[in-house]
Amino acid sequence: MSCLQTIADYGLRSIGIGERLLPRSDFTLCQQVTLIGSGMIWNVYFGVVALCAGFFLATLLALGRTARPAILRKPAEWFVFLFRGSPLFIQFFFAYFAFLALKGRYAFFDPFTSAWAGALLVLFCNTAAYSGEIFYGALRSIPRGDLEAAEAYGLTGWKKFRRITFPTMLRLAWPAYINEAIFLFHATTLVFLSGFPAWQQRGDALYYAKYFADKTFNPFVPYPILAGFFILLTLCVIGIMGAMNRRLNRHLPQERRQALRLRPNFLR
Amino acid sequence: MFACTDPASLTGLHWLACYLTTGKHVAFYASFGTVLALLAITAPLALAFGFGGAIAARSRIAPLAWFGRFYIAIVRGVPDIAFFLFFVIALDQGIEWLRHKVKCPDWDMPVRQGSDFVVCAQAKLPLGTDPQWMHEIYGFALAVLTFAIVFGAFSANVLYGAMRAVPRAQMETAEAYGMTRRQAFRRILVPQMWVYALPGLSNLWMVLIKATPLLFLLGVEDIVYWARELGGSKTPNFTDYPHPDWRVWYFLALLVFYLIFTKVSEAVLDRLMRRLTHGQAVSGATMP
Amino acid sequence: MKKLLLATALLALTGGTAIAQQTVRLGTEGGYPPYNFLNDAGEVDGFERELGDELCARANLTCEWVTNEWDSIIPNLVSGNYDAIMAGMSITPARDEVIDFSDPYTQPDPSAYAAPTGADVDIENAVIAAQTGTIQASEVASMPGATLVEFATPEETVAAVRNGEADAVIADKAFLVPIVEDDGDLAFVGDDVLLGGGIGVGLRESDDALQEQFNAAIQSMKDDGTLNELIAKWLPDSAQF
Repeated sequence: MSCLQTIADYGLRSIGIGERLLPRSDFTLCQQVTLIGSGMIWNVYFGVVALCAGFFLATLLALGRTARPAILRKPAEWFVFLFRGSPLFIQFFFAYFAFLALKGRYAFFDPFTSAWAGALLVLFCNTAAYSGEIFYGALRSIPRGDLEAAEAYGLTGWKKFRRITFPTMLRLAWPAYINEAIFLFHATTLVFLSGFPAWQQRGDALYYAKYFADKTFNPFVPYPILAGFFILLTLCVIGIMGAMNRRLNRHLPQERRQALRLRPNFLR
Repeated sequence: MFACTDPASLTGLHWLACYLTTGKHVAFYASFGTVLALLAITAPLALAFGFGGAIAARSRIAPLAWFGRFYIAIVRGVPDIAFFLFFVIALDQGIEWLRHKVKCPDWDMPVRQGSDFVVCAQAKLPLGTDPQWMHEIYGFALAVLTFAIVFGAFSANVLYGAMRAVPRAQMETAEAYGMTRRQAFRRILVPQMWVYALPGLSNLWMVLIKATPLLFLLGVEDIVYWARELGGSKTPNFTDYPHPDWRVWYFLALLVFYLIFTKVSEAVLDRLMRRLTHGQAVSGATMP
Repeated sequence: MKKLLLATALLALTGGTAIAQQTVRLGTEGGYPPYNFLNDAGEVDGFERELGDELCARANLTCEWVTNEWDSIIPNLVSGNYDAIMAGMSITPARDEVIDFSDPYTQPDPSAYAAPTGADVDIENAVIAAQTGTIQASEVASMPGATLVEFATPEETVAAVRNGEADAVIADKAFLVPIVEDDGDLAFVGDDVLLGGGIGVGLRESDDALQEQFNAAIQSMKDDGTLNELIAKWLPDSAQF
């Protein structure tokens, strides 16, 4: 079987398109690369959707934490503490358990025992909590002068937030936010490892890497392939988010841009 | 003292007291110590690796700089889980292979026989004749080393950034005072960089705490292993204490442990930050 | 602690010349009763514990038990972290390519399906839970109508049937028997299926001497009927030799 044929058969296996049976003997390198790559679809899906959706909740959480009324501040603080303070591993366990219990009672929760919705929700909350903490740190380090200048220009309320506070917060938070994005993509490998069951052998990249390690009894081929895919993914994340960083900072003079990039903002 | 001789006849608290003091539970409690010990040893080791990595990445010697950057980029790019799944076996085989080369130069059989990895008996680590606790210590040491390599890369990244964040003027002043590059590094750069590095490092510490449930992937019987083992439902044939699926209670205990540990860490790091930034006008002072 | 480092493989290679008792490390999973599990004291217990200790006594070996995750149980064997696997591992051609097996110490044990009592489950078209990486999971994956759901531990596969995630669970019958007996909510459904050969001791391919020692010990236990006694004690529904 040629490698192209293998790609046609297994390229989309992780979402249920293509050959039903996984290879069972005579494993080729091509099969391993194709199937592990196919599993990356899930890692990218979880990472991208959780990151994009989490961004909005993170902004709200950051604002909530700076809010004066305790009714806004406390829930945000507790949410961040709960999700930042416990391992993702344990969050997955409880989420699966809770969704199973809820499923029996409300039909609404039916999809949440599947990874595509349940695990996504957990990852979404998790990244929102971490990013929220980063954004909160950035909000607190916005130079006072910037805000005073905005007020001097007559900007208040929503307008001040949209034009000054929000962009400055993003600019300050972005380097740490890139790190958080990398961590999030890495965390997606935990979904099928411990949290959620794999249906019909549709799993993420780690699931297939484990499958091959299990069948060939040789961990030294599939896991490095997996590592290679993730290095590529990480480079893409850094590339795309680095470009955004440059756009966020495009108005700054060259040397200040440099200085900002080096801010000690490695908060995750 | 309680008598736990016939658990089937016990009820209520008495049963619970016996149940919670079985040998298996004692192993579970001890595994909390394992996790804390791992953290206590890994953190300074990872910091040392990070320091080495950052210095290498800054080096003027090109190969060293490449090595440092390669280490940071590659290890950061790979999910820790994937790394753990094959790296420990690779590390173990690598160490034994080196010992094999040194201790058994006359060995004439191939080290790889099919899928088998065979080294001479003297090269085995620990020796096959060693007691079980030596094997456990060795396994633990491999886990520590693996964690330190992974988190060393992240801390190298933080320290690298922190070294570059120390204002240029400070280094220029040092040079003006006639310090050599080495002196300036030791006396000015290193003491100053900590305040820039601390937010990143404390964050890394939090991430490290939360990576410990992955210990069981490295073959260490950690708290998650025991929580799963103890929590699973037990039929009366194989235990004196049959019970349904209680995993949720055991995981709840783990959750509380991690939350408390996080809270304590946050408090300690906050104080440390306040002390470090005392009297210094740096942006880091306002970081949470 | 589980894996990690052993030795002695090579003592075995040099054959019976060693007079001192040789230490053999036995790897097991510790989560698959009645074959192997951890008892209340946290020690390995079960059919294979008793059998293994007896085999070692007969082969004049000092044996130590170590537990290891099922997923990496073979890589750690070939890497030399322990010398033999006794973990309810069926002898299959795929495994036999990578490691060697002793003679089987159980007859081929059927796998069985368990489902909620009274449920009318059509196995051919059901959602079936199995442990990841087992021969049962492969079997279900190749059934055209059935839907496979994989869980990391055997414990979770049974839990999935109890909570309704799966219609039925497939596992070694000996594993399911005590669960079904204890729990009125579960019952066997469908016919038993015979997958794989009997269970044997897994050994490194380069470890021929140890293989011979285990084979001789197993044979002697078969001959004097002690193996059948152990099977009757731990695996009452399984065929004897």
